[in-house]
Amino acid sequence: MPVDSPVVPVALTVNGKPERLEVDPRTTLLDALRDRLHLSGTKKGCGLGQCGACTVLVDGRRVVSCLTLAVMNDGASVTTIEGLGTPDALHPMQAAFVACDAFQCGYCTPGQILSAVALIDEGHAGSDEEIREHMSGNLCRCGAYANIVEAIRTVAGQEG
Amino acid sequence: MRAFTYERLDGDSAARRRADTTDSAYVAGGTDLLQLMQEGIAAPRALLDVSRVGTDGVTAELDGIRIGAGTRLTDAIEDPTVAARLPLVAEALAASASPQVRNMATIGGNLLQRTRCLYFRDVTTPCNKREPGSGCPAQAGENRLNAILGGSAHCIATHASDLAVALVALDAEVIVERRNGERSIRLADFYRLPGDTPHRETHLEPGDLITAVFVPIAATGLSSRYLKLRDRASFEWSLVSAAVALKIDDGEVTAARVAAGGVGTVPWRLPMVEDRLLGRTIDVATLQLAAEAAAEGVDPRPGNAFKVPLLVNAVARALAAVADQELAR
Repeated sequence: MPVDSPVVPVALTVNGKPERLEVDPRTTLLDALRDRLHLSGTKKGCGLGQCGACTVLVDGRRVVSCLTLAVMNDGASVTTIEGLGTPDALHPMQAAFVACDAFQCGYCTPGQILSAVALIDEGHAGSDEEIREHMSGNLCRCGAYANIVEAIRTVAGQEG
Repeated sequence: MRAFTYERLDGDSAARRRADTTDSAYVAGGTDLLQLMQEGIAAPRALLDVSRVGTDGVTAELDGIRIGAGTRLTDAIEDPTVAARLPLVAEALAASASPQVRNMATIGGNLLQRTRCLYFRDVTTPCNKREPGSGCPAQAGENRLNAILGGSAHCIATHASDLAVALVALDAEVIVERRNGERSIRLADFYRLPGDTPHRETHLEPGDLITAVFVPIAATGLSSRYLKLRDRASFEWSLVSAAVALKIDDGEVTAARVAAGGVGTVPWRLPMVEDRLLGRTIDVATLQLAAEAAAEGVDPRPGNAFKVPLLVNAVARALAAVADQELAR
């Protein structure tokens, strides 16, 4: 550890569970989740906020966890894909992604699902056009976009 | 990423502890700074987190509207005062970045985001803005995204903020906390043209902290349009954007505020377009003649000459859209 980079404490509530970590200040929230808390569902894509694979909810709002330091989120509640549902009891959005075939390789999927859950919560599922605009922060290189929109529309319809 | 120390400031400590060396930096949303640090473009030794110093929120004051520097873009967009009285700002912000980034990024940080010039962002190439004196490959290189206004032989990087374009059209001021008190700087005077010192981008002094932007009352409540043209439908920086706010009384233009983004090395006000509108009776020919003034003084490169007609057409389209809104009022 470099002498001018002492570890700093950070307290997070992750998927409802309190966590206390000591991190190098350089640790992004994404790396803290993956490497320190071993929640590898959140994916590291570009590391520059452009692809959305690392999307998580912080205090209920979607963020890209690669562009924020763990220490900047001290005291925050974080929801990752592991906190949404379980294999036996999928979150409705997870179930809709399966039902609508809304993924291929799956790498972007956790971020897509977190973003989609937040989008409905924000009230931005009014039309396909609005869904596409508000999903623009999540890229899918397999090109499953049409089915992702369908999955979101389906869940929004169930909730509406 | 180079190692750094981290300190979170509160409202009290912010007044005492300042990012007053080139080795320290304020961070709030972090959405640009973290990219710069990941890429090795910025390497501060000390980060001072100002996200909890209490500069967030929007206030309607007697003489204008104040948007706190710490306000997240999403919160500014959804603020009822901004939506009702500064629709140009709300529209420019809604066209910025992605929903995730808008939830993180702040108003103050947005004004200070660095350029997206390909050479600035690529540390393997020279760039006068990143490394003074190293050269500007954009002059003769890949310059499709670069500026056609306000450039120099040393730099033709565009300013990337949409918010700043809307705010410069509205005569906004930047409120800055300085060691010896508070200052107000007109946004029009806030940015420096690159000249031969493109690494110096603003008139901020070391330690200065932006606490708010202020839009004077005369610039509020106008019909407006922020038209952003880009390579993708969403989550992309502008090729050209046009910010237009007008007031038309009995068919005559009584207020005209026009600026453009994606074309200038700084957010670019278009006073010559405004002059061709003020006091005129609105008709198709007047709007077209006014829009054509947007191209005055352009200095395009082969790769970005397409931006000249795109600018004129974007201004024309935005003017027509706002004129329609006003005439229907």
